[in-house]
Amino acid sequence: MSILGYNGGAMVAMKGDKCVSIAADKRFGIQAQTITCDFKKVFDMGPRLYVGLPGLATDVQTVMEKLRFRKNLYELKENRTMTPEVFGAMLSSMLYEKRFGPFFVEPVIAGLHPTTHEPFICNMDLIGCINQPDDFVVGGTASAQLYGMCEALWEPNLGPEDLFETTAQALINAFDRDAISGWGATVYIIEKDKVTVRDIKTRMD
Amino acid sequence: MTSILCPEIPKPGFSFDNCQRNATLESKGFAVPKATKTGTTIVGIIYKDGVILGADTRATEDTTVADKNCEKIHFLAPNMYCCGAGTAADTEMTTQMISSKLELHRLFTNRVVRVCTANQMLKQYLFGYQGYIGAALILGGVDSTGPHLYSIYPHGSTDKLPYTTMGSGSLAAMAIFESRWKPDLTEEEGIQLIRDAIAAGIFNDLGSGSNVDVCVIRKGSVDYKRTYDEANKKGVRQASYRYPRGTTKVLDTKVFTVEETVHQLETESMDTA
Repeated sequence: MSILGYNGGAMVAMKGDKCVSIAADKRFGIQAQTITCDFKKVFDMGPRLYVGLPGLATDVQTVMEKLRFRKNLYELKENRTMTPEVFGAMLSSMLYEKRFGPFFVEPVIAGLHPTTHEPFICNMDLIGCINQPDDFVVGGTASAQLYGMCEALWEPNLGPEDLFETTAQALINAFDRDAISGWGATVYIIEKDKVTVRDIKTRMD
Repeated sequence: MTSILCPEIPKPGFSFDNCQRNATLESKGFAVPKATKTGTTIVGIIYKDGVILGADTRATEDTTVADKNCEKIHFLAPNMYCCGAGTAADTEMTTQMISSKLELHRLFTNRVVRVCTANQMLKQYLFGYQGYIGAALILGGVDSTGPHLYSIYPHGSTDKLPYTTMGSGSLAAMAIFESRWKPDLTEEEGIQLIRDAIAAGIFNDLGSGSNVDVCVIRKGSVDYKRTYDEANKKGVRQASYRYPRGTTKVLDTKVFTVEETVHQLETESMDTA
Protein backbone atom coordinates (compact mmCIF):
# COMPACT_ATOMS: atom_id res chain seq x y z
CA MET A 1 0.00 0.00 0.00
CA SER A 2 1.23 3.46 -0.82
CA ILE A 3 1.70 6.12 1.86
CA LEU A 4 -1.37 7.94 0.52
CA GLY A 5 -3.43 5.12 2.00
CA TYR A 6 -1.88 5.22 5.48
CA ASN A 7 -4.76 7.17 7.04
CA GLY A 8 -7.50 6.48 4.48
CA GLY A 9 -10.06 8.92 3.13
CA ALA A 10 -12.36 9.57 0.18
CA MET A 11 -13.37 12.81 -1.46
CA VAL A 12 -15.50 14.03 -4.36
CA ALA A 13 -16.50 17.38 -5.86
CA MET A 14 -19.19 17.96 -8.50
CA LYS A 15 -20.39 20.79 -10.66
CA GLY A 16 -24.08 21.65 -10.70
CA ASP A 17 -26.27 24.42 -12.07
CA LYS A 18 -24.94 27.63 -10.44
CA CYS A 19 -23.65 25.53 -7.53
CA VAL A 20 -20.86 23.12 -6.65
CA SER A 21 -20.55 20.35 -4.09
CA ILE A 22 -17.64 18.89 -2.21
CA ALA A 23 -17.91 15.91 0.11
CA ALA A 24 -15.52 13.85 2.21
CA ASP A 25 -15.62 11.02 4.71
CA LYS A 26 -14.69 11.65 8.34
CA ARG A 27 -12.44 8.72 9.24
CA PHE A 28 -8.93 9.14 10.54
CA GLY A 29 -7.13 5.87 11.08
CA ILE A 30 -3.70 4.37 11.22
CA GLN A 31 -3.87 1.70 8.57
CA ALA A 32 -6.69 -0.65 9.70
CA GLN A 33 -7.12 0.89 13.15
CA THR A 34 -9.69 3.67 13.36
CA ILE A 35 -8.68 6.52 15.66
CA THR A 36 -11.50 9.00 15.24
CA CYS A 37 -14.68 9.58 13.22
CA ASP A 38 -14.72 13.39 13.15
CA PHE A 39 -11.58 14.22 11.21
CA LYS A 40 -11.79 17.36 9.10
CA LYS A 41 -10.47 17.07 5.55
CA VAL A 42 -12.39 19.84 3.78
CA PHE A 43 -11.39 23.39 4.66
CA ASP A 44 -12.91 26.73 3.79
CA MET A 45 -10.49 29.10 2.10
CA GLY A 46 -13.00 31.84 1.52
CA PRO A 47 -16.76 32.36 1.66
CA ARG A 48 -17.34 30.33 -1.50
CA LEU A 49 -14.06 28.46 -1.81
CA TYR A 50 -13.33 25.04 -0.32
CA VAL A 51 -10.34 22.73 -0.58
CA GLY A 52 -10.31 19.04 0.28
CA LEU A 53 -7.04 17.34 1.07
CA PRO A 54 -7.12 13.53 1.06
CA GLY A 55 -3.87 11.75 1.85
CA LEU A 56 -1.40 11.48 4.70
CA ALA A 57 -3.03 13.24 7.70
CA THR A 58 0.13 15.05 8.82
CA ASP A 59 0.54 16.55 5.36
CA VAL A 60 -3.18 17.35 5.14
CA GLN A 61 -2.80 19.71 8.07
CA THR A 62 0.60 21.10 7.06
CA VAL A 63 -0.53 21.88 3.52
CA MET A 64 -3.79 23.41 4.82
CA GLU A 65 -1.89 25.77 7.11
CA LYS A 66 0.61 26.76 4.41
CA LEU A 67 -2.27 27.41 2.01
CA ARG A 68 -4.23 29.48 4.48
CA PHE A 69 -1.11 31.55 5.22
CA ARG A 70 -0.35 32.20 1.56
CA LYS A 71 -3.98 32.93 0.73
CA ASN A 72 -4.33 35.42 3.61
CA LEU A 73 -1.10 37.17 2.68
CA TYR A 74 -2.27 37.45 -0.96
CA GLU A 75 -5.60 38.92 0.11
CA LEU A 76 -3.91 41.44 2.40
CA LYS A 77 -1.38 42.48 -0.24
CA GLU A 78 -3.81 42.64 -3.14
CA ASN A 79 -6.89 43.78 -1.19
CA ARG A 80 -9.20 41.43 -3.09
CA THR A 81 -10.50 37.89 -2.62
CA MET A 82 -8.70 35.05 -4.28
CA THR A 83 -10.49 33.40 -7.20
CA PRO A 84 -10.63 29.59 -7.29
CA GLU A 85 -8.43 29.58 -10.44
CA VAL A 86 -5.70 31.58 -8.71
CA PHE A 87 -6.01 29.41 -5.63
CA GLY A 88 -5.55 26.31 -7.79
CA ALA A 89 -2.47 27.77 -9.49
CA MET A 90 -1.01 28.70 -6.09
CA LEU A 91 -1.54 25.22 -4.70
CA SER A 92 -0.18 23.63 -7.87
CA SER A 93 3.07 25.60 -7.79
CA MET A 94 3.37 24.98 -4.04
CA LEU A 95 3.17 21.23 -4.63
CA TYR A 96 5.46 21.28 -7.68
CA GLU A 97 8.13 23.10 -5.70
CA LYS A 98 8.38 19.86 -3.74
CA ARG A 99 8.60 17.78 -6.93
CA PHE A 100 11.40 15.57 -5.58
CA GLY A 101 10.12 15.29 -1.99
CA PRO A 102 6.37 15.71 -2.23
CA PHE A 103 3.60 16.21 0.30
CA PHE A 104 1.38 13.13 0.19
CA VAL A 105 -1.91 14.84 -0.61
CA GLU A 106 -4.08 14.81 -3.72
CA PRO A 107 -6.10 18.03 -3.40
CA VAL A 108 -9.65 18.66 -4.60
CA ILE A 109 -10.88 22.25 -5.00
CA ALA A 110 -14.50 23.39 -5.30
CA GLY A 111 -15.82 26.92 -5.33
CA LEU A 112 -17.65 29.70 -7.06
CA HIS A 113 -15.92 32.69 -8.60
CA PRO A 114 -16.26 35.61 -6.11
CA THR A 115 -17.85 38.00 -8.63
CA THR A 116 -19.22 35.99 -11.56
CA HIS A 117 -20.28 33.01 -9.37
CA GLU A 118 -19.06 30.68 -12.11
CA PRO A 119 -18.74 27.11 -10.72
CA PHE A 120 -15.18 25.80 -10.49
CA ILE A 121 -13.83 22.35 -9.63
CA CYS A 122 -10.42 20.84 -10.06
CA ASN A 123 -8.13 18.24 -8.58
CA MET A 124 -4.43 17.58 -8.84
CA ASP A 125 -1.94 14.81 -8.24
CA LEU A 126 0.59 15.01 -5.41
CA ILE A 127 3.06 17.04 -7.48
CA GLY A 128 0.51 19.60 -8.62
CA CYS A 129 -0.67 18.56 -12.08
CA ILE A 130 -4.08 20.25 -12.41
CA ASN A 131 -7.06 18.40 -13.86
CA GLN A 132 -10.02 20.63 -14.56
CA PRO A 133 -12.95 18.75 -16.08
CA ASP A 134 -16.50 20.06 -16.38
CA ASP A 135 -18.29 17.30 -14.51
CA PHE A 136 -16.67 15.91 -11.33
CA VAL A 137 -13.35 15.23 -9.62
CA VAL A 138 -12.41 12.60 -7.03
CA GLY A 139 -9.56 11.84 -4.65
CA GLY A 140 -8.40 9.52 -1.88
CA THR A 141 -8.25 5.78 -1.39
CA ALA A 142 -11.73 5.12 -2.83
CA SER A 143 -11.02 7.10 -6.01
CA ALA A 144 -11.48 4.11 -8.31
CA GLN A 145 -14.92 3.36 -6.83
CA LEU A 146 -15.80 7.06 -6.91
CA TYR A 147 -14.95 7.32 -10.61
CA GLY A 148 -17.40 4.50 -11.29
CA MET A 149 -20.18 5.96 -9.15
CA CYS A 150 -19.80 9.48 -10.54
CA GLU A 151 -19.66 8.34 -14.19
CA ALA A 152 -23.04 6.66 -13.64
CA LEU A 153 -24.78 9.20 -11.40
CA TRP A 154 -23.58 12.62 -12.55
CA GLU A 155 -25.69 14.52 -15.04
CA PRO A 156 -25.41 18.13 -16.18
CA ASN A 157 -27.32 21.06 -14.61
CA LEU A 158 -28.29 19.51 -11.29
CA GLY A 159 -29.83 21.95 -8.84
CA PRO A 160 -28.50 22.21 -5.26
CA GLU A 161 -30.98 19.64 -3.82
CA ASP A 162 -30.35 17.02 -6.52
CA LEU A 163 -26.61 17.75 -6.48
CA PHE A 164 -26.55 16.96 -2.74
CA GLU A 165 -28.35 13.65 -3.28
CA THR A 166 -26.07 12.69 -6.19
CA THR A 167 -22.85 13.63 -4.39
CA ALA A 168 -23.86 11.96 -1.13
CA GLN A 169 -24.92 8.70 -2.77
CA ALA A 170 -21.83 8.59 -5.00
CA LEU A 171 -19.61 8.98 -1.94
CA ILE A 172 -21.50 6.58 0.34
CA ASN A 173 -21.70 3.78 -2.19
CA ALA A 174 -18.05 4.22 -3.17
CA PHE A 175 -16.54 4.15 0.31
CA ASP A 176 -18.74 1.25 1.43
CA ARG A 177 -16.43 -0.79 -0.82
CA ASP A 178 -13.29 0.73 0.69
CA ALA A 179 -12.19 -0.60 4.08
CA ILE A 180 -10.15 2.43 5.12
CA SER A 181 -12.61 5.23 4.43
CA GLY A 182 -16.15 5.98 5.60
CA TRP A 183 -17.32 6.31 9.21
CA GLY A 184 -19.55 9.29 8.54
CA ALA A 185 -19.35 11.94 5.85
CA THR A 186 -19.93 15.64 5.31
CA VAL A 187 -21.37 17.19 2.16
CA TYR A 188 -20.90 20.88 1.35
CA ILE A 189 -23.23 22.51 -1.18
CA ILE A 190 -21.86 25.88 -2.25
CA GLU A 191 -24.31 28.37 -3.76
CA LYS A 192 -24.13 32.06 -4.56
CA ASP A 193 -25.83 33.21 -1.34
CA LYS A 194 -25.27 30.30 1.05
CA VAL A 195 -23.24 27.22 1.90
CA THR A 196 -25.12 24.21 3.27
CA VAL A 197 -23.12 21.70 5.30
CA ARG A 198 -24.81 18.38 5.92
CA ASP A 199 -23.53 15.51 8.05
CA ILE A 200 -24.97 12.32 6.65
CA LYS A 201 -25.71 8.91 8.10
CA THR A 202 -23.47 6.13 6.86
CA ARG A 203 -22.37 2.63 7.82
CA MET A 204 -19.93 2.63 10.72
CA ASP A 205 -17.92 -0.49 9.84
CA MET B 1 15.51 38.23 11.13
CA THR B 2 12.32 36.92 9.65
CA SER B 3 8.83 37.80 10.69
CA ILE B 4 5.38 37.85 9.16
CA LEU B 5 5.82 41.45 8.12
CA CYS B 6 9.28 40.91 6.73
CA PRO B 7 9.33 37.34 5.43
CA GLU B 8 12.54 35.74 4.28
CA ILE B 9 12.69 35.69 0.48
CA PRO B 10 12.15 32.04 -0.42
CA LYS B 11 14.90 30.31 -2.35
CA PRO B 12 14.08 29.77 -6.02
CA GLY B 13 13.93 26.29 -7.51
CA PHE B 14 12.95 22.97 -6.00
CA SER B 15 12.65 22.38 -2.28
CA PHE B 16 14.07 19.18 -0.86
CA ASP B 17 12.64 19.70 2.66
CA ASN B 18 10.55 16.51 2.70
CA CYS B 19 13.12 14.24 1.05
CA GLN B 20 14.63 12.77 4.21
CA ARG B 21 11.23 12.10 5.75
CA ASN B 22 9.94 10.56 2.54
CA ALA B 23 13.04 8.36 2.20
CA THR B 24 12.49 7.13 5.77
CA LEU B 25 8.86 6.31 5.02
CA GLU B 26 9.95 4.49 1.88
CA SER B 27 12.52 2.45 3.80
CA LYS B 28 9.70 1.36 6.14
CA GLY B 29 7.89 -0.16 3.17
CA PHE B 30 5.44 2.58 2.20
CA ALA B 31 5.69 2.92 -1.55
CA VAL B 32 5.93 6.42 -3.01
CA PRO B 33 2.66 7.12 -4.86
CA LYS B 34 2.64 7.37 -8.62
CA ALA B 35 2.17 10.81 -10.19
CA THR B 36 -0.15 11.36 -13.14
CA LYS B 37 1.46 10.29 -16.37
CA THR B 38 0.38 11.14 -19.83
CA GLY B 39 0.96 7.79 -21.51
CA THR B 40 0.54 9.68 -24.67
CA THR B 41 0.54 9.83 -28.43
CA ILE B 42 2.01 13.14 -29.59
CA VAL B 43 3.12 13.86 -33.14
CA GLY B 44 4.42 16.64 -35.34
CA ILE B 45 5.12 17.15 -39.05
CA ILE B 46 6.52 19.82 -41.31
CA TYR B 47 4.25 20.60 -44.26
CA LYS B 48 4.36 23.07 -47.15
CA ASP B 49 3.68 26.28 -45.16
CA GLY B 50 4.73 25.41 -41.62
CA VAL B 51 4.33 22.89 -38.83
CA ILE B 52 1.38 20.82 -37.58
CA LEU B 53 1.32 19.33 -34.08
CA GLY B 54 -1.13 16.71 -32.82
CA ALA B 55 -1.97 15.05 -29.51
CA ASP B 56 -4.49 12.75 -27.86
CA THR B 57 -6.23 13.87 -24.65
CA ARG B 58 -5.92 11.04 -22.10
CA ALA B 59 -4.04 11.33 -18.80
CA THR B 60 -3.54 8.20 -16.71
CA GLU B 61 -2.69 7.42 -13.11
CA ASP B 62 -1.38 3.85 -13.27
CA THR B 63 -4.21 2.14 -15.17
CA THR B 64 -6.93 4.63 -14.16
CA VAL B 65 -7.93 7.29 -16.66
CA ALA B 66 -7.39 10.44 -14.56
CA ASP B 67 -8.40 12.99 -17.20
CA LYS B 68 -10.42 12.22 -20.30
CA ASN B 69 -9.87 15.53 -22.04
CA CYS B 70 -6.57 17.09 -21.01
CA GLU B 71 -4.59 19.59 -23.05
CA LYS B 72 -1.21 18.30 -24.18
CA ILE B 73 -0.32 20.96 -26.75
CA HIS B 74 1.17 23.75 -24.64
CA PHE B 75 1.68 27.37 -25.62
CA LEU B 76 5.32 28.49 -25.65
CA ALA B 77 5.28 31.67 -27.71
CA PRO B 78 2.93 33.13 -30.34
CA ASN B 79 4.95 31.34 -33.04
CA MET B 80 5.73 28.19 -31.07
CA TYR B 81 3.84 25.34 -29.42
CA CYS B 82 5.05 22.24 -27.61
CA CYS B 83 3.45 18.80 -27.13
CA GLY B 84 4.27 17.03 -23.88
CA ALA B 85 4.44 13.34 -22.92
CA GLY B 86 5.61 11.72 -19.71
CA THR B 87 4.96 12.98 -16.17
CA ALA B 88 2.05 15.40 -16.60
CA ALA B 89 3.17 17.92 -13.97
CA ASP B 90 6.69 18.02 -15.44
CA THR B 91 5.56 18.74 -19.01
CA GLU B 92 3.09 21.37 -17.80
CA MET B 93 5.49 23.21 -15.48
CA THR B 94 8.53 22.95 -17.78
CA THR B 95 6.66 24.44 -20.74
CA GLN B 96 5.17 27.19 -18.55
CA MET B 97 8.60 28.15 -17.26
CA ILE B 98 10.26 28.10 -20.70
CA SER B 99 7.31 30.08 -22.08
CA SER B 100 7.91 32.90 -19.61
CA LYS B 101 11.67 32.81 -20.28
CA LEU B 102 11.00 33.09 -24.02
CA GLU B 103 8.77 36.11 -23.47
CA LEU B 104 11.51 37.82 -21.44
CA HIS B 105 14.00 36.90 -24.19
CA ARG B 106 11.70 38.42 -26.81
CA LEU B 107 11.40 41.66 -24.84
CA PHE B 108 15.15 41.79 -24.30
CA THR B 109 16.14 41.16 -27.92
CA ASN B 110 13.08 42.80 -29.51
CA ARG B 111 12.84 39.98 -32.05
CA VAL B 112 10.49 37.05 -32.64
CA VAL B 113 12.17 34.24 -30.71
CA ARG B 114 13.63 31.49 -32.85
CA VAL B 115 12.63 27.88 -32.38
CA CYS B 116 16.25 26.78 -31.91
CA THR B 117 16.44 29.10 -28.88
CA ALA B 118 13.50 27.35 -27.23
CA ASN B 119 15.04 23.99 -28.08
CA GLN B 120 18.35 24.98 -26.49
CA MET B 121 16.63 26.30 -23.34
CA LEU B 122 14.57 23.13 -22.95
CA LYS B 123 17.45 20.70 -23.51
CA GLN B 124 19.78 22.56 -21.14
CA TYR B 125 17.10 22.62 -18.44
CA LEU B 126 16.28 18.92 -18.83
CA PHE B 127 19.95 17.86 -19.08
CA GLY B 128 20.62 19.72 -15.82
CA TYR B 129 18.16 17.42 -14.07
CA GLN B 130 19.69 14.29 -15.66
CA GLY B 131 16.35 12.81 -16.73
CA TYR B 132 14.66 13.13 -13.34
CA ILE B 133 12.26 15.64 -14.86
CA GLY B 134 10.26 13.22 -16.96
CA ALA B 135 9.27 15.45 -19.85
CA ALA B 136 9.38 14.15 -23.43
CA LEU B 137 8.50 16.98 -25.77
CA ILE B 138 7.80 17.75 -29.41
CA LEU B 139 8.59 21.36 -30.13
CA GLY B 140 7.28 22.99 -33.30
CA GLY B 141 7.28 26.52 -34.59
CA VAL B 142 7.91 28.93 -37.44
CA ASP B 143 10.43 31.76 -37.30
CA SER B 144 12.47 33.95 -39.65
CA THR B 145 14.42 30.88 -40.80
CA GLY B 146 11.33 28.81 -41.65
CA PRO B 147 9.46 25.93 -40.00
CA HIS B 148 11.25 23.78 -37.41
CA LEU B 149 10.35 20.60 -35.57
CA TYR B 150 12.32 19.12 -32.68
CA SER B 151 11.80 16.14 -30.42
CA ILE B 152 13.32 16.54 -26.96
CA TYR B 153 13.97 13.59 -24.64
CA PRO B 154 13.87 13.71 -20.81
CA HIS B 155 17.66 13.37 -20.55
CA GLY B 156 18.22 16.42 -22.75
CA SER B 157 19.03 15.00 -26.16
CA THR B 158 17.21 16.45 -29.14
CA ASP B 159 16.47 15.52 -32.75
CA LYS B 160 15.57 17.89 -35.58
CA LEU B 161 13.25 16.04 -37.92
CA PRO B 162 10.67 16.61 -40.66
CA TYR B 163 8.18 14.29 -38.92
CA THR B 164 8.28 12.79 -35.44
CA THR B 165 6.22 10.97 -32.80
CA MET B 166 6.59 10.49 -29.03
CA GLY B 167 4.95 8.84 -26.05
CA SER B 168 3.65 5.32 -25.57
CA GLY B 169 1.67 5.52 -28.82
CA SER B 170 4.67 6.69 -30.83
CA LEU B 171 5.11 3.36 -32.63
CA ALA B 172 1.51 3.26 -33.83
CA ALA B 173 1.69 6.88 -34.98
CA MET B 174 5.09 6.47 -36.66
CA ALA B 175 3.73 3.54 -38.67
CA ILE B 176 1.25 5.95 -40.26
CA PHE B 177 3.93 8.59 -40.92
CA GLU B 178 6.42 6.12 -42.41
CA SER B 179 3.86 4.94 -44.91
CA ARG B 180 2.30 8.29 -45.83
CA TRP B 181 4.49 11.30 -45.01
CA LYS B 182 6.10 13.09 -47.95
CA PRO B 183 7.66 16.53 -48.34
CA ASP B 184 5.46 19.55 -49.19
CA LEU B 185 2.10 18.17 -48.07
CA THR B 186 -0.82 20.61 -48.32
CA GLU B 187 -2.53 21.79 -45.12
CA GLU B 188 -5.56 19.49 -45.59
CA GLU B 189 -3.35 16.48 -46.31
CA GLY B 190 -1.17 17.34 -43.33
CA ILE B 191 -4.07 17.66 -40.88
CA GLN B 192 -5.58 14.41 -42.14
CA LEU B 193 -2.23 12.65 -41.71
CA ILE B 194 -1.91 13.99 -38.15
CA ARG B 195 -5.46 12.93 -37.30
CA ASP B 196 -4.84 9.41 -38.61
CA ALA B 197 -1.55 9.12 -36.71
CA ILE B 198 -3.15 10.21 -33.41
CA ALA B 199 -6.16 7.96 -34.08
CA ALA B 200 -3.73 5.05 -34.55
CA GLY B 201 -2.35 5.82 -31.09
CA ILE B 202 -5.80 6.25 -29.54
CA PHE B 203 -7.09 2.93 -30.84
CA ASN B 204 -3.96 0.79 -30.57
CA ASP B 205 -2.23 2.12 -27.46
CA LEU B 206 -3.95 1.80 -24.08
CA GLY B 207 -2.11 4.81 -22.66
CA SER B 208 -3.68 7.09 -25.26
CA GLY B 209 -7.34 7.84 -25.80
CA SER B 210 -10.31 10.21 -26.14
CA ASN B 211 -10.00 13.06 -28.65
CA VAL B 212 -7.60 14.48 -31.23
CA ASP B 213 -6.15 17.96 -30.70
CA VAL B 214 -4.42 19.63 -33.67
CA CYS B 215 -2.35 22.80 -33.83
CA VAL B 216 -1.35 24.32 -37.19
CA ILE B 217 1.49 26.86 -37.08
CA ARG B 218 2.06 28.90 -40.23
CA LYS B 219 4.26 31.94 -40.71
CA GLY B 220 2.44 34.72 -38.85
CA SER B 221 -0.65 32.72 -37.82
CA VAL B 222 -1.64 29.83 -35.58
CA ASP B 223 -4.75 27.67 -35.75
CA TYR B 224 -5.23 25.73 -32.51
CA LYS B 225 -7.99 23.18 -33.13
CA ARG B 226 -8.90 21.90 -29.64
CA THR B 227 -10.96 18.67 -30.01
CA TYR B 228 -10.44 18.57 -33.79
CA ASP B 229 -11.92 15.09 -33.81
CA GLU B 230 -13.97 13.53 -31.04
CA ALA B 231 -12.76 10.01 -31.72
CA ASN B 232 -14.67 8.47 -28.82
CA LYS B 233 -18.16 9.64 -27.93
CA LYS B 234 -19.74 8.55 -24.67
CA GLY B 235 -22.95 6.61 -25.26
CA VAL B 236 -26.15 8.50 -24.56
CA ARG B 237 -27.75 7.31 -21.33
CA GLN B 238 -31.21 5.90 -22.01
CA ALA B 239 -32.51 6.47 -18.47
CA SER B 240 -31.63 8.62 -15.47
CA TYR B 241 -29.99 7.05 -12.43
CA ARG B 242 -30.84 10.10 -10.34
CA TYR B 243 -31.60 9.35 -6.69
CA PRO B 244 -34.91 10.83 -5.50
CA ARG B 245 -34.63 13.67 -2.98
CA GLY B 246 -34.60 12.41 0.60
CA THR B 247 -32.68 9.20 -0.16
CA THR B 248 -29.75 10.22 2.01
CA LYS B 249 -30.41 10.43 5.73
CA VAL B 250 -29.13 13.77 7.03
CA LEU B 251 -27.98 13.89 10.66
CA ASP B 252 -27.18 17.56 10.95
CA THR B 253 -27.57 20.60 8.69
CA LYS B 254 -25.78 23.90 9.02
CA VAL B 255 -26.42 26.80 6.69
CA PHE B 256 -23.91 29.61 6.33
CA THR B 257 -25.22 32.64 4.49
CA VAL B 258 -22.72 34.40 2.29
CA GLU B 259 -23.17 38.12 2.20
CA GLU B 260 -22.82 39.86 -1.09
CA THR B 261 -19.91 42.25 -0.85
CA VAL B 262 -20.46 45.49 -2.71
CA HIS B 263 -17.44 47.57 -3.52
CA GLN B 264 -18.11 51.27 -3.89
CA LEU B 265 -15.56 52.63 -6.30
CA GLU B 266 -14.90 56.29 -5.74
CA THR B 267 -13.61 58.12 -8.76
CA GLU B 268 -10.27 59.72 -8.12
CA SER B 269 -8.89 62.48 -10.30
CA MET B 270 -5.58 61.80 -11.99
CA ASP B 271 -2.50 63.17 -10.27
CA THR B 272 -1.15 65.72 -12.72
CA ALA B 273 1.18 67.54 -10.36
